[in-house]
Amino acid sequence: MQAAKIFSFHGGIHPAENKAQSLQLPLGRPSLPSELILPLGQHIGQSSRPLVKVGDKVLKGETIAINNGFLSSFLHAPTSGTITAIEERLIAHPSGLSDLCIIISPDGHDTWTTLEPLHHWQDISKTDVLAYLSEMGIIGMGGAGFPTQVKLQGAYKNPLTHFIINAAECEPYITADDMLIREKTLELVLGIEILQHLVQADHVVIGIEDNKPTAIAALQAVLGKRNSKIQIAVVPTKYPSGGEKQLIQLLTGKEVPSGQYPADIGILCQNVGTCVAVHDAITFGKPLISRFTTLTGDALKAPQNVEVLLGTPVAHLLDYAESEPKKLNRLIMGGPMMGYTLNSAAVPIVKTSNCILAASKKELPPPAPEQACIRCGMCEQACPASLLPQQLLWFSKSQEFEKAEHHNLFDCIECGACSYVCPSSIPLVQYYRHTKSSIREAREATVKSDLAKQRFEARKARQDAEAAEKEAKRLARQKATPSKAAEEKKAAPANAAAPLAAAPATTDESKKLKVDIAIGKSKLKKLQKQLLEAQENEHVEEISNLQLQVTEQEKAVALLEEQLAKTVEAAPIAAEANATKPAPAPVNDELKKAKVDVALIGVKLKKLQKQLADTPDDQELKDKITTFEADLKTAQDTVSKLSDSTQTTMSASTTEPKTAISDELKKLKIDAAIAKAAVKKVEKALKKAEEIQAPEINAIRQQLKEAQQRADELENALANPATTTTKTETIAEVAPNSVDADAAKKRKIDLAIAKAGVKKAEKNIQLLKEQGKDESEIEASEWPKKLIEAQEKLAALEAEESTPVTTSVATHVEGTTEAIAKSQAKAEPEMDLANQIKKEKIAVALAKAQINKLNKRLESAPEDADSINQEITSTEQRLQSAEALLEKLIHSQTNLQENR
Amino acid sequence: MLTVLLAIGILVLLSLIFGAILGYANVRFHVEGDPIVDQIDALLPQTQCGQCGHPGCRPYAEAIANGEAINHCPPGGQATIQALADLLDVEAIPLDGDHGTETAKRVAVIREDECIGCTKCIQACPVDAILGAAKQMHTVIADECTGCDLCVEPCPVDCIDMVEVGVTAKTWSWDKPQGIAATSLNIIATDRQTEVAH
Amino acid sequence: MTEYLLILVSTILVNNFVLVQFLGLCPFMGVSGKLETSIGMAMATTFVLTLSSLCSYLTYTYILQPFGLEYLQTISFILVIAVVVQFTEMVVHKTSPLLYRVLGIFLPLITTNCAVLGVALQNISKQNGFVESILYGFGAAVGFSFVLVLFSAMRERINVADVPTVFKGSAIGMITAGLMALAFMGFTALVQI
Repeated sequence: MQAAKIFSFHGGIHPAENKAQSLQLPLGRPSLPSELILPLGQHIGQSSRPLVKVGDKVLKGETIAINNGFLSSFLHAPTSGTITAIEERLIAHPSGLSDLCIIISPDGHDTWTTLEPLHHWQDISKTDVLAYLSEMGIIGMGGAGFPTQVKLQGAYKNPLTHFIINAAECEPYITADDMLIREKTLELVLGIEILQHLVQADHVVIGIEDNKPTAIAALQAVLGKRNSKIQIAVVPTKYPSGGEKQLIQLLTGKEVPSGQYPADIGILCQNVGTCVAVHDAITFGKPLISRFTTLTGDALKAPQNVEVLLGTPVAHLLDYAESEPKKLNRLIMGGPMMGYTLNSAAVPIVKTSNCILAASKKELPPPAPEQACIRCGMCEQACPASLLPQQLLWFSKSQEFEKAEHHNLFDCIECGACSYVCPSSIPLVQYYRHTKSSIREAREATVKSDLAKQRFEARKARQDAEAAEKEAKRLARQKATPSKAAEEKKAAPANAAAPLAAAPATTDESKKLKVDIAIGKSKLKKLQKQLLEAQENEHVEEISNLQLQVTEQEKAVALLEEQLAKTVEAAPIAAEANATKPAPAPVNDELKKAKVDVALIGVKLKKLQKQLADTPDDQELKDKITTFEADLKTAQDTVSKLSDSTQTTMSASTTEPKTAISDELKKLKIDAAIAKAAVKKVEKALKKAEEIQAPEINAIRQQLKEAQQRADELENALANPATTTTKTETIAEVAPNSVDADAAKKRKIDLAIAKAGVKKAEKNIQLLKEQGKDESEIEASEWPKKLIEAQEKLAALEAEESTPVTTSVATHVEGTTEAIAKSQAKAEPEMDLANQIKKEKIAVALAKAQINKLNKRLESAPEDADSINQEITSTEQRLQSAEALLEKLIHSQTNLQENR
Repeated sequence: MLTVLLAIGILVLLSLIFGAILGYANVRFHVEGDPIVDQIDALLPQTQCGQCGHPGCRPYAEAIANGEAINHCPPGGQATIQALADLLDVEAIPLDGDHGTETAKRVAVIREDECIGCTKCIQACPVDAILGAAKQMHTVIADECTGCDLCVEPCPVDCIDMVEVGVTAKTWSWDKPQGIAATSLNIIATDRQTEVAH
Repeated sequence: MTEYLLILVSTILVNNFVLVQFLGLCPFMGVSGKLETSIGMAMATTFVLTLSSLCSYLTYTYILQPFGLEYLQTISFILVIAVVVQFTEMVVHKTSPLLYRVLGIFLPLITTNCAVLGVALQNISKQNGFVESILYGFGAAVGFSFVLVLFSAMRERINVADVPTVFKGSAIGMITAGLMALAFMGFTALVQI
């Protein structure tokens, strides 16, 4: 043991020490408080992660929170008890804010958990010892709370020349380290020896101020006894000699460069408290759960040092030290120079709390008002970090952060010496603190904005790339299409060159037709869409109306398509035939015209019949219908005649059998197209059925299969036109079948819709009933009527289903009409008939339902009997006429079928 | 007469020579783009919120370089205006209220049980700070959120809240002292107590 | 050699263009708000002054004098100065965009900086030779830069100081400049040309 050489540092002050008060009494050990509050962030770095849940029982020394990253620490239960909460509590922080804390309710037994000391610390690797220290929750107890193992690891960067133990304790009032050295001298020395083993420094020096003679004597005694190499450097009392950098300067004469750590110049500094904690952890396996704290101030009757469990509320300690609330003016955590005011005594003691100063007003008067700087330069004289406090003040005041940084603001240790000496009472340190946090905030904001910018730019780049890709694809497509068209164009004249002059005319015509078809189709699509909407919305009237329109449109399109097919066919035919026989073309034309006439008359007839159904007594309409029927007949006659003549012409022109074949071919093509369309429709229906989960899915699927089969057959037939003539009949049979399937599908969908309608109506009625409305109200609402209507519709549909042969054709006029108009004009009236029959059936059902309803009403309201009876009679009449009409229609249909 | 002509001739000659020099310098020292934009962009808060009327911070930086007012950025607030004023050596003007007011820093928070997974907010987010997939719940990565508000509008079920980022013990910063008090009456030095007790 | 040194000392200190001859006061007051800006302005002015005194000497000696057109000196010097300033502006724009931005209006204003024309004209009236002309211009520029930087450093401190409200801003600047001028008068006894 030898005396070390002492250097000096710039500045420093000599405030009143006020250390004697708290050394009057021996070390105290306060009782267990009713609860212990353990903040998760007691150290610098990431807050710890709780390991326990509310309600868990913990033993003294059990780990309750583990480290959360590199710069973090462990936390242990200071006593045995129950975890009552993990919640936000006020913590000891200058902001007076809350943070997450683990609350332990002690059970009073103070039962230790099994302790596992590290007996062979000399033999195991240093890394393991450091990890063990981390698990014991040891952090620097001087004030900053830097995790000890991190600091020790940092010290491995450079070979250490000095290992300094900080026992200076320069701040007024505080005597906790003094007391610790007196009480635990041996433990301290043993702890230093452990740490020295870990860091292997050239010199180990304890730096202690000369105002602690008792502690120095105790240390000297122990060191002498152990014949230790540890030196004691007694430094003159001067604030802030206990600052790490200042103590280093005092003991080694070296200055820690700006922005660097002591480890960078081969020096490690540890607080005495930390050394004792390291000893306790390694020798006894005791984690850091208690510390020495000074309770002092004029407001305490019994100022003293205490060994206190972490988490003890300050209020409990104030009680223990017999505080006088009347005298208590300011409660300060830490010393009068660097401490901060506590707003509440509920805050707990943490690992870094070295002093509680309960000051009276006389002892610590409120700060005097700030006055203008008189440029006396006393602050510069006092600054232990050799800064220019005045300049820093100007820059802080005018928010010139860059310049403040340039003047090494971040080397300020916030010791408060400048504020202490300032004759103008300028709170310089507060300005520096504010500026420091503003700069830190600005730095964080910059980092964040850089990140945001990066992300924004990455996103923009990605979006641009996507857009470019799309554009490239679009361009590629655009390139492909015109080249194709060009090829076609090239091919077309070559083909057209061979045939004669007829070709251009026909192409012109076909062009026109194509445009017409396109327009017609778009109209059809629109109508179908409207129909679909109407079906969804259950507008019954609209539906029938729209269906009619759809049918017409479909017919028109079909006609146009037929024409187109003919024109296309006509070109080669004309080319081939024009030398020998120019006749067939005009005949064909006429035939076509006649067919159109038939179709048109059929449509008109249908319309009229519909009107008739609404107003069965209209004589005028009936007359009209008769005339139309006559017209239709004549038209049909013409068609049959014409087709006969065509046939003869064709058979006559035996030299041109191809014409007939090509005609067949054309028909086949149309049939195939229709079949394909049917397949598509069925598929669509299937989809819809799946959506509404109709029970008909399987049936529809079956239909789809069949339709596909048919389409395949037709395509096959098309593929080998030689056999077409023989197959024509089969196809003729097949075509209506496909129509059948189509119809069945539609029927089923209608059925499903009707069922849904019934359900809805029922549901609504149910709802009304639930709402407590009586029968009459329900009756008054439209729902019963709707229910009945829906039921009728359903019944009608179901009836149709049971007679599939006739109705399947009838139900879906649009599909059938189209096909029949194309294949055989004769079918047209039959179609209308079927349609008519269906309508009449519905009318009958409606009338019946009406009668039922009226009867019901008659029962419930006998006073209106007369009027109701009248209604019933009229309805019955209507029913009868409808039934008669129905019968007539069915009869005519049978006739027609027989005729065929 | 000759002197006059000579004088004119000499001046014309001088002008031609100097013109040639300037023409060469103009080509030789041609400036591509405007590097000041980068410096302005670096001062903007990069929230990409569009409150200035430009689609992002950089377009606004370009606009400032071209003479637009520097007070159109509410997220940056007065601090950004001051920084821009210092950079461009113009006078710092108060924030233009038309573009919004300076608010405390906020982050978007999705009420996750109400999210229907429409991905609209994901498309709106300028910094890709929202995580999620179609028909899956979305969530905001709070650290990446710039608090720009752009995701609030597109949400069909209004399940996005802008929550103010509260001050925690870790983010808390010291207040600026009040400065020289106007009511300071204790000017006479002997009236004041500077010593800490005794 | 001594002569050259004397020229420098004279222009920088004794006959300082700003504080003694009161030329170029416009940028002296205008660009002294920030140290950074004033250093940039000082450098630009130094460059322009030296180059323009060189160019004006050449123009005068080899173009105007042989033709007996000495009376055209003012107009041709203005032409020379304008070109040099333009050239400098381009160079600054290319090399330091921020300085270019910060100097703002003051860079083109060097054209009308009376110190520049003053140096060119004084070179003629003092019948300075080639080297003397360059040194004279350079010395004047260094003197200008010297007081500009000093003044701006002072103003920066004054800006954050508790200046009485009535004196805030340009007022205290003028007072400071006046005090500086008084101080520079002390150099008069140093050397006399």
